[in-house]
Amino acid sequence: MNFDFSEDQKLLREQARKLLADKCPPRGVRAVLEGAAGYDAPLWKSIAEMGWLGTAIPEVYGGLGLGALELCVIAEELGRVLAPVPFSSTICQFVQALLLAGSEEQKQRLLPEIVSGAVIGTFARVEAPGGVAPRSIRASFRAGRLSGSKTAVADGMEAHFAVALVRTSEEAGERGLSLSLVDLHSKGVQRQKLDSIDPSRKHAQLTFDHVAAELLGPVGEGWEIARQVLDRAAVLMAFEQVGGADACLAMATDYARTRHAFGRAIGSFQAIKHKLADIYIGNELARSNAYYGAWALSTNARELPLSAAAARISATQAFDFAANESVQVHGGIGFTWEADCHLFQKRARELALALGPQRVWKDRLVTELERSNAA
Amino acid sequence: MDFEDTPQEAAFRAEVHAWLADNAKPARSDRGDDLGLGDSRDVMAAAKAWQAKKAVKGYARIAWPKEAGGLGGTAIQQVIYNQEEAKFDVADTRMFAIGLGMCIPTLMAYASKDVGARYVAPALAGEEIWCQLFSEPAAGSDVAGLRTRAGKDGADWIVSGQKIWTSGAHFSDYGLLLARTDFDAPKHKGLTMFFLSMRSPGVEIRPIRQASGGANFNEVFFTDVRIPDTQRLGEVGQGWTVALTTLMHERLAVGGGLGGGLDVKELLTLARELELEDGPALKNAHVRERIADWYVRSAGLKYTTYRTMTALSRGQQPGPEASIAKIVVANKLQELCAFAMELEGEAGTLKGEDAPAHGVFQLGWMSAPGLRIAGGTDEILRNIIAERVLGLPPDIRVDKDMPFNKVPGAR
Repeated sequence: MNFDFSEDQKLLREQARKLLADKCPPRGVRAVLEGAAGYDAPLWKSIAEMGWLGTAIPEVYGGLGLGALELCVIAEELGRVLAPVPFSSTICQFVQALLLAGSEEQKQRLLPEIVSGAVIGTFARVEAPGGVAPRSIRASFRAGRLSGSKTAVADGMEAHFAVALVRTSEEAGERGLSLSLVDLHSKGVQRQKLDSIDPSRKHAQLTFDHVAAELLGPVGEGWEIARQVLDRAAVLMAFEQVGGADACLAMATDYARTRHAFGRAIGSFQAIKHKLADIYIGNELARSNAYYGAWALSTNARELPLSAAAARISATQAFDFAANESVQVHGGIGFTWEADCHLFQKRARELALALGPQRVWKDRLVTELERSNAA
Repeated sequence: MDFEDTPQEAAFRAEVHAWLADNAKPARSDRGDDLGLGDSRDVMAAAKAWQAKKAVKGYARIAWPKEAGGLGGTAIQQVIYNQEEAKFDVADTRMFAIGLGMCIPTLMAYASKDVGARYVAPALAGEEIWCQLFSEPAAGSDVAGLRTRAGKDGADWIVSGQKIWTSGAHFSDYGLLLARTDFDAPKHKGLTMFFLSMRSPGVEIRPIRQASGGANFNEVFFTDVRIPDTQRLGEVGQGWTVALTTLMHERLAVGGGLGGGLDVKELLTLARELELEDGPALKNAHVRERIADWYVRSAGLKYTTYRTMTALSRGQQPGPEASIAKIVVANKLQELCAFAMELEGEAGTLKGEDAPAHGVFQLGWMSAPGLRIAGGTDEILRNIIAERVLGLPPDIRVDKDMPFNKVPGAR
């Protein structure tokens, strides 16, 4: 057993951390948060130039052809600096759908463009508040035309392409659903920017009116492929969350060491120490669960659904807790616009909801436990 | 990153599995007693017999060097052995854990070669059991505030005082004793480490009945107990430094051995069998959410242990981050057992064979408070994480540089 990243992967981490510390300071995050731009375009370009977008994309499509572990390393570093780029939409979701279900032609057409940073993609599932179940998917794809709408689509204003979960028949349950690949510059696509808690990652409503689109993967398998996309995204984005949670802990710890009250550093008080120790514990458990998910993803192990759910739940809880308690350690200053705490708090919540809420993942985890126990 | 065995690891796994298959029966599914220190005659005899068998093969301490009676193996091999042993119905040997996990490593670090040779092998074979005599009624979390007095008398030391919470003292042959040899020095500087026979004249052991009903630990009274100076470990006044060696091993021993308790698996079994108001418990959304919460903590801890083991196998020292294990396990046990009792409804108040699931959750619930305290309280462990891992400033300690006999309450 060797439960650690390799020396090369650690080198990649150091390289990524160095570059991002330089190219993605908090003021860059704020510029997107407060501005009209949907993402930090120069940063996206740098990331593309480094080859990171193609990390886990096979070489035949212009990628580096490295494994999922390298991608996890990158995701963690992007999470650490709250990188305001459409990485999780494009790489963790859109590309995963393409790799899982795309035809050779579709992959050849789009993947090289993604590697170069020219194409941004997103994954559009949700149509209304509440649960996402097969019966709640109304957007319909018939005879090459897509109609309907999707809401809360991350990076929906900026994306060039979307993979959408669509209805291809009135058959009940999962079998009525498929995935559709749609060029968002096509005639009949309307986009509307939506207000959201974390504008450093913007969301949109997409409306389709008889838009020319194509199928991605076999008819009737959309729900199952979407589930596999979500599993992969859950692992990759768990690393993004763990990176963010670690940054919160570092920030709060630094503050506790330097801020003095009652004649001593507040970090010498046990009320603060124990809070930070609890953040540390949550982060370590989340990191370990994420590592296991990374292993399952990189080896395509049958434990992937269980480990993805565990990685996601653990990382979501850790990042939320770290971000909330980091504000608390900072006191009043932590609740100001000027301090960076709220940037992390908002991203933590955005990521907590991005792939569906805790209750869905917890139910999925127990379903997998039941399955593995039955086997 | 690779969870699979390397060819060498797989070969080792096959080797220990074959040996276990020849020497033990497959595992049953029942559970141990509370806090895991059974001391009936039969349990003890079975434990000693099993330990002796393992010692002959070098399996009693796989990572110890061969000349010390180990296998000269790696930390990963120890994990592999533990995983394989868990598949068999073998005697519970946790009564040797304190001796082999803490006392003997301290002895190996500080005793002369001859002295070490005399004690290591019998401890390894389960012939002699050791206990750790550190805590006192007035020195628990603040163990350096202990008051048991050791005064020089010719070539001997004379010890008087009282220890408490001494796990297994009532069946131990030897004890590792931390005593105060200088009351004029600040509290950490006046301590000296010794070891002694628990049958020395003047040693009196009184079991303490725990809130859970069991009696696994004791008060130990010392009345003019004579200890030869040859049984001193480390220099006079250096006892705290020696104790830190013991405590570092304690974290590893306690943290590493907690995986086998009640966990999500047992809760899943219960939830599968129980009917609630609205149908099977396992179909209830609230139940499923809680199971998932505990599962991610269990799994997270398991894989954290693997990360620690990976570091160990590369020859890196495990740091205080191992302290997270006990906090997580003990609190999870308490919450999970209380929740299982909730699922059982009114019948959850019953215990033992009268309770559902043979009362395992009631037993776990009654034991959990002890686990949250033993071997470092939740609070002390959080301090350790905060100070040694996160580098936060130490607490302000008003008695740190004061002569011990001037500390309020100490004399």
